[in-house]
Amino acid sequence: GAPLRLPLRTGSGPVLLLLLLLLVSVGSAIHDAVSGTNGTNVDPHHQSNSSGTKKPFPVLSFNYDHVRMPFEISLWILLALLMKLGFHIIPRVSHVVPESCLLIVVGLLVGGFIKAIGEEAPILDSKLFFLYLLPPIILDAGYFLPIRAFTENMGTILVFAVVGTLWNSFFIGGMMYGVCQIESAQLGAVDLLSCLHFGCIISAVDPVAVLAVFEEIHIHELLYILVFGESLLNDAVTVVLYHLFEEFSHAGTVTVGDAFLGVICFFVVSLGGIMVGAIYGLLGAFTSRFTSHTRVIEPLFVFLYSYMAYLSAEVFHLSGIMSLIACGVMMRPYVEANISHKSYTTIKYFLKMWSSVSETLIFIFLGVSTVAGPHAWNWTFVIFTVIICLVSRVLGVIGLTYVINKFRIVKLTKKDQFIVAYGGLRGAIAFSLGFLLTNSQVKHMFLTAIITVIFFTVFVQGMTIRPLVELLAVKRKKESKRSINEEIHTQFLDHLLTGIEGICGHYGHHHWKDKLNRFNKTYVKRWLIAGDRSTEPQLISFYNKLEMKQAIMLVESGSGAKLPTTVSAISMQNVQPKEAPRQRVIPTISKSREQEIRKILRANLQNTRQRLRSYSRHDLMIDPFEDNMSEIRFRRQKVEMQRRMSHYLTVPANRQETPPVRKVCFEPEHQVYNYDAIAIESPRGRDSRPTPSSPNDVSLLNESPQKPNQSSTTRAAGDVELRVKTEDEQEEQDQLKLSRCLSDPGPNQEGEGGSSFRS
Amino acid sequence: MGASQARTEHPYQDLMDKTGCNDMFGSKEDLASIPALDNNPLRKQIITAFFDKRNQHENQVGFFEEIGFEQFVMVMSHFRAPTLKTSEEEREVMRKEKLRFLFNMHDTDNDGTITLEEYRKVVEELLSKSGALGLEAAKAIADAAMLEVASTNVPHMAPDDFYEGITFEHFEQILKGLEMETRMHIRFLDVDTTTMRCGKTTS
Repeated sequence: GAPLRLPLRTGSGPVLLLLLLLLVSVGSAIHDAVSGTNGTNVDPHHQSNSSGTKKPFPVLSFNYDHVRMPFEISLWILLALLMKLGFHIIPRVSHVVPESCLLIVVGLLVGGFIKAIGEEAPILDSKLFFLYLLPPIILDAGYFLPIRAFTENMGTILVFAVVGTLWNSFFIGGMMYGVCQIESAQLGAVDLLSCLHFGCIISAVDPVAVLAVFEEIHIHELLYILVFGESLLNDAVTVVLYHLFEEFSHAGTVTVGDAFLGVICFFVVSLGGIMVGAIYGLLGAFTSRFTSHTRVIEPLFVFLYSYMAYLSAEVFHLSGIMSLIACGVMMRPYVEANISHKSYTTIKYFLKMWSSVSETLIFIFLGVSTVAGPHAWNWTFVIFTVIICLVSRVLGVIGLTYVINKFRIVKLTKKDQFIVAYGGLRGAIAFSLGFLLTNSQVKHMFLTAIITVIFFTVFVQGMTIRPLVELLAVKRKKESKRSINEEIHTQFLDHLLTGIEGICGHYGHHHWKDKLNRFNKTYVKRWLIAGDRSTEPQLISFYNKLEMKQAIMLVESGSGAKLPTTVSAISMQNVQPKEAPRQRVIPTISKSREQEIRKILRANLQNTRQRLRSYSRHDLMIDPFEDNMSEIRFRRQKVEMQRRMSHYLTVPANRQETPPVRKVCFEPEHQVYNYDAIAIESPRGRDSRPTPSSPNDVSLLNESPQKPNQSSTTRAAGDVELRVKTEDEQEEQDQLKLSRCLSDPGPNQEGEGGSSFRS
Repeated sequence: MGASQARTEHPYQDLMDKTGCNDMFGSKEDLASIPALDNNPLRKQIITAFFDKRNQHENQVGFFEEIGFEQFVMVMSHFRAPTLKTSEEEREVMRKEKLRFLFNMHDTDNDGTITLEEYRKVVEELLSKSGALGLEAAKAIADAAMLEVASTNVPHMAPDDFYEGITFEHFEQILKGLEMETRMHIRFLDVDTTTMRCGKTTS
């Protein structure tokens, strides 16, 4: 969003920084003081009076040890977040430098500060990283993975991930071994296996770094999914190679049988990881089927099942990342069909929040660890590592693309190849893996080299990729949202292409996708989705979602605000073939009147809400807009209304009264809720003279027609949403009133006789 | 046009020689009997598209009774994919061609516009395998989609104007984001010759 305008704009950043450094140092000082006086400041409850002299009762005591761990953790997280906040306040910096770089710099500063005051800086502990910091990021990525793009490019991604990483590892390892043989470098202690080990650690493209950088450059989806997919899927290769080389370095010798076992291990690791993830995903989906009565804990199921998938995979040394991705991908379509809208929002925001915090912490800790860790700088080794990494990546991408393009329909251009090669960033995973090395002889040297490569990729490549993207005019991400026409035609194309393939007898991509979809529909959905939504076709769910979003937008935008999508004055009447000559008596009410009505409605709703609610910490607030019952009723009534609308639209209007404005509406949520319990002092009998509202105040709304044989002039009331009647309430003036109808100005609005805003 | 035909005719030339079919595909019933199309909601439209004279690029209208190999290939040529060597203008032409094919599939009465009724029919067919719920929603969806087309293309219509239907230009406009030339293709070279129908019914 727009940067906040603080009164002291340019000065605030450094001030913030200083403040935080102060905070951290205070924290460490306290820690120091406490540990120094630890002996005497034992838990005051068990203070013995053995000394004889009676101490006065301690009014205020100090016991830092008690809360030390959570306190420090919270302090660090707070620091990280305040830093993040600070960057976005300083307007210019965040455009040039990607956030990851800034965070590393902060980490460096903080680390330096801590070291300067003589404290021991915390290092990015591998256990902390792999078990706590990494999963949220991967889950966030996996849950919101664009499936279509991913599966369409799966072959390419797999080739890059597996073959590319293998190539990188062996090339780097081999070349570094060659470098180590150079006499002048004094690197004779490093043997081939260690070099290969090093190669495999450093060759993996890091998902955290890729996400951090690519998120800001808004690149074309294909490239994003290629690089990002590669960074996710190469985890299996990395895991296998790492453990392989670790075993070998202990054993000392390598046989062909070992290599063969390695290959088998790779398949076990990757497929096993995916299977574990899929099982947990299905379990999660199945559980979500029954959560309709306990909506509060729905998000927790998603998080916990996913985390368990990760941990379970890690138990067996399978690929935790692939497990997590598989779990998220598997779970998502079913869970989303089952959970409430609030839970969906919660899941989305919590995932984004956790992954954001994790990412920030990772980069800061990288900076701190750089300052803290013991380093063994060897010019030759480091420089050659950086150069060889780059060369290997470029060669790998070019070579593989040449092969892949023979099989791809949409070929990868030179520009694409460049971005893929340039986007191969290394990050914290390489660091953590390096940290786990046991061979302390070369460990420090390796770590130094790894850190240098990470810094190089994140700083140099991360900072320059944005101007390069602009320079090369690489295609950017499509900004617009999915429209319903696009969705219809995507589905149409799917079926069309499947059909054409069928005619040709070609069992291709579409054929299998179609088969999978049908299998999904007939068997899987029935088990995993609750209620009648299990039979809802995709187009309809998409449409419902779109409506829901529009409704929420309408609700949130409040009164009279112009909705961006509805500025046009088009309404259904423009699209419908004209039938009987219509009387354009379209009632409208003035804005002020509308405001009054809304105020009244809101007040009444609040009153009722207060009456209905009894306080319980574990209940979600009884919110008429998110109640289960209402949701079901919402859907049912929507179907009925649609039925009625279609009925109306096909039956010619043959009466004197005003056909209400036929607009296709994206129903606001308010609209359908049954306010039986709520006594609305509707402006009953209030005679509102319609006045023409400005042509710009059009909102899309759903106007339900009345029964054809009514004679009265019912006004499409401004936005009095009263009650939605069910079909049984047959009255003369059966109204399905709508909400928030700012109707189109038609010609004759005056002269409308008595209106009745009836409910 | 000759060039485009030649490019796809190549694999099919071998095909024809291999299978020895000279008079493939016969009539609509022959095509309709292909079992692979059974579960496809767009079955009828696809088959009709093969027989549609508009897709032959010869400026004729109407429908064939029987089609031969040439007509089949002509229709299939709409499903080529662009290569690395395809220039920008050629891509544009391809895209237009493919969009035209889709447009012809929707515009059944050939009046140059897709009216609301025709669009409704399209959505209904798409949802035709989903039962009663589908039909109700189909109308709403088609209406919403039509509205969307109208609002994006002609944003300032007066209340009395009537939006006749989606013209080809509007159709192009709304599907701009889908990049037809890369989406609408199948892989010709992998076609398995033994399963090609030769105008004879197979079970």
